[in-house]
Amino acid sequence: MSARQQVLMLWLASSALDSRVLGWSMFDGTAGAGPQLTTDPPYGTGVDALVDGWRLLQMSPLIPPTPGHERDTSFLKHEFLFERIIGLG
Amino acid sequence: MSELPLLTTDQMASFVARGFLRFDAVVPDDVNAQAMEELPGLFRAWLDEFRGVASGHTDDADGEAPLPRSGTPLHDAYAPDSAFGRMVRVPAIAGAIASLVGAAPVVDHHFVHIKTAGDLHAQGLHCDAIVDQGPAFDIQLFWFPHDVAPREGGTRFVPGSHLRRVNMDDVARYHHLAGEQYFSGDAGTVVIFHQGLWHAGAPNHGSRDRVMGKLRLNPTQAQVRLWDTSDLAPRNRADDHMFARMEPGMVAAELRRSEPWYEPSVHRLETVQRARLWRYLTGDADFDVDWYLTRTERRAALVTP
Repeated sequence: MSARQQVLMLWLASSALDSRVLGWSMFDGTAGAGPQLTTDPPYGTGVDALVDGWRLLQMSPLIPPTPGHERDTSFLKHEFLFERIIGLG
Repeated sequence: MSELPLLTTDQMASFVARGFLRFDAVVPDDVNAQAMEELPGLFRAWLDEFRGVASGHTDDADGEAPLPRSGTPLHDAYAPDSAFGRMVRVPAIAGAIASLVGAAPVVDHHFVHIKTAGDLHAQGLHCDAIVDQGPAFDIQLFWFPHDVAPREGGTRFVPGSHLRRVNMDDVARYHHLAGEQYFSGDAGTVVIFHQGLWHAGAPNHGSRDRVMGKLRLNPTQAQVRLWDTSDLAPRNRADDHMFARMEPGMVAAELRRSEPWYEPSVHRLETVQRARLWRYLTGDADFDVDWYLTRTERRAALVTP
């Protein structure tokens, strides 16, 4: 049996992992052979993903605004990266 | 231009808040039918130009270039009886163009996007060109000359994304955002985007090719009070504040609109970006929404350099 990684990215409403999901992407190392996301959105909060077995790898650091650009808006701020390992074969 | 149906204050405020305006089935059927004949050819003309197979001679038999050079005044860019020429002369579209980029915009470029039947590739989310600084802006017309059913390749776009400072497809990792839309609608629908709106070509699960003509226009004049501003003055209060006095009908009510994918903290910053853009569009340097700009500007004025 070989192992493959599935990666889930969630963008949440705040820096707290239990805040609600605003956006999501999945990158699938099983090429569709593993379990898939079935609802839209897949989870209500980041903690819901933990409960479903995803392992948290990384969360966005809290970086003070750049002086002079405090009010700029750009990428979504609160990004959380998860993985789960799927056995194939 | 005064006879054109200019945009209303509500439409302008919605454009500032959400980054697009939609005009359903606004282009007549015969113009759409002409587009279905001409637009694929325009796409091929671009391919020829791009590949260099035209050997530098892209003019047609009448000496009319099918691809206008960047900077060509819109009025001169397309023959009045051509598909693009007729589309931009539809009164509702001409009025919207005049309201957003003035009476004498120039063509940046056009492009014909064809999403073939069964092409299930999802393009990465992006904004066109490169990261730009405001507040002046271009517009992009997305013209769908045939009916587009859901899941049949209608462009994906993200309302309220236009004022976020990002560059091209650096946002491609966002596969799903709450509140995003996939265009579907009747033939002849035109959606006008602010230059910065995030969008992407979508999979076409249908059985026919999806054709879309896109036209980018640059303003040549300050975009100040170009729409029908007859109702603006009483609706333009700078002191409408969601935690103090808030009145219905104020422009501020639309400019504080949130989107389902906004972080609450960033929503407030978006309100500031919109207020700045509204200041540009109205020429009113004191306009504000929820006092965010005013309080800090007044405090700054208290500090001796």
